[in-house]
Amino acid sequence: MRRKFTVFLIITICFILQCTLFQALAFASISPNLLIVVTSSFGFMRGRKEGMWIGFFSGLLLDLFFGSVIGFYALVYAYLGYVNGFFRKRFFPDDIKLPLILISASDLSYNMLVYLFLFFLRGRFRFGYYFLHIMLPELVYTILVTIVLYFMILRINQKLEYIEKRSASKFV
Amino acid sequence: MKRKSKHSIPTKYTLLVLTIICVVVMFISFTLNLSGGPLNSVAGYIFVPMQKGINQVGTWIVNRTDELASLKDVMQKNKDLQAKVDELTQELNTIKLEQYELDNLRELMDLDQKYPSYDKVAARVIANDGGNWFSTFLIDKGENDGIEKDMNVIAGSGLVGIVIDTGPNYAKIRSIIDDASNVSGMALSTADRCIVNGNLASMNENQVIQFTGLKCEDNAVKTGEQIVTSHISDKYLEGILVGYINAIERDSNNLTYSGTITPAVDFQHLQEVLVVLDKKTVHNKTSKGKD
Repeated sequence: MRRKFTVFLIITICFILQCTLFQALAFASISPNLLIVVTSSFGFMRGRKEGMWIGFFSGLLLDLFFGSVIGFYALVYAYLGYVNGFFRKRFFPDDIKLPLILISASDLSYNMLVYLFLFFLRGRFRFGYYFLHIMLPELVYTILVTIVLYFMILRINQKLEYIEKRSASKFV
Repeated sequence: MKRKSKHSIPTKYTLLVLTIICVVVMFISFTLNLSGGPLNSVAGYIFVPMQKGINQVGTWIVNRTDELASLKDVMQKNKDLQAKVDELTQELNTIKLEQYELDNLRELMDLDQKYPSYDKVAARVIANDGGNWFSTFLIDKGENDGIEKDMNVIAGSGLVGIVIDTGPNYAKIRSIIDDASNVSGMALSTADRCIVNGNLASMNENQVIQFTGLKCEDNAVKTGEQIVTSHISDKYLEGILVGYINAIERDSNNLTYSGTITPAVDFQHLQEVLVVLDKKTVHNKTSKGKD
């Protein structure tokens, strides 16, 4: 219960920052994608199941407020969380390389999917332009934010795991 | 959850179920044009107050810094503006005369009702689209303030966009610069119609949107011409300024013109908008035309 509440809080804060503060801090009208960082990091820290659910709810939030159809972002984020969950076995908290690579890959594939389904299918074929001017800047900005945000999420998760372990051993 | 049941469902099946649910919901909301319904209300009551709060703090800070920075400019500008005021006063007098003449003529022609003053409600922009692909945004007024889907949104004198979804205390607006937006427009002086469509790439490159299919006499429409919403649109009220033609050229079919429009509204610094509470009434409700 404690975990669910904390995760809900993290998603809420990131969602709200993403669509208010970071829109104001946008460089060249590009803003970072915080929800990807959250989904992806919980994916490889906690496994497929949690990554999937967290992704699903983050996406649903975007769908409700900004989507043109309900369910598209939810589906994309759920899959991203799920796929990130496969890397749980290779994840070590001290190593920042894997998280950075995974989060970048997630952000890039998220943008590719959005381009493919919401732009390419409507006849916007200038992939090179969108890649250079939307996807790449967002990727760089997201990585910059990741360096701060990821460590915060990591600490929170470690604290939660510590509390869970303690209460579990008390229970036995 | 402290205890786990022995027979928990494998994650891949949950994923499969979620996928199916999402696809079905997508299909339903796309075909039936439904929105979140009760989910909208719940989400609205949880998130909108927070967005409002953050925005108020942000606006306050921005305003303070702006005040400090602009104090110097203001002194200089004041001087320039004073000169301009004199100039404009003179101009105004001329225009007043013309207006008087126009009023008289209108009365004669019984055209009083052409541009009725619409009921409007002012609202504040509280959140922008979280991603970088679309330009939709939220305002802090919703169904409770009488806002409905398909109402037009303006700012200053120009068209901002259209309400595409509402919650109890918020409304979602798609701006005309959004890549998926299409508006039926016309050139003000010649009443030739065209389609104005938002474009992410051209908006990013030089702050313009595109128009296509303008049929007019040879070079009747020129750069700088005003484009307003047309009389045939089933959602946009007639005669709202969209923008000014920035570039125009003849299409390869030699019949129509296309080009770019500079929007009349500054979308980068949009803080307050007006929602027009009058909707364009169209009798055939079933038609799913431009939006």
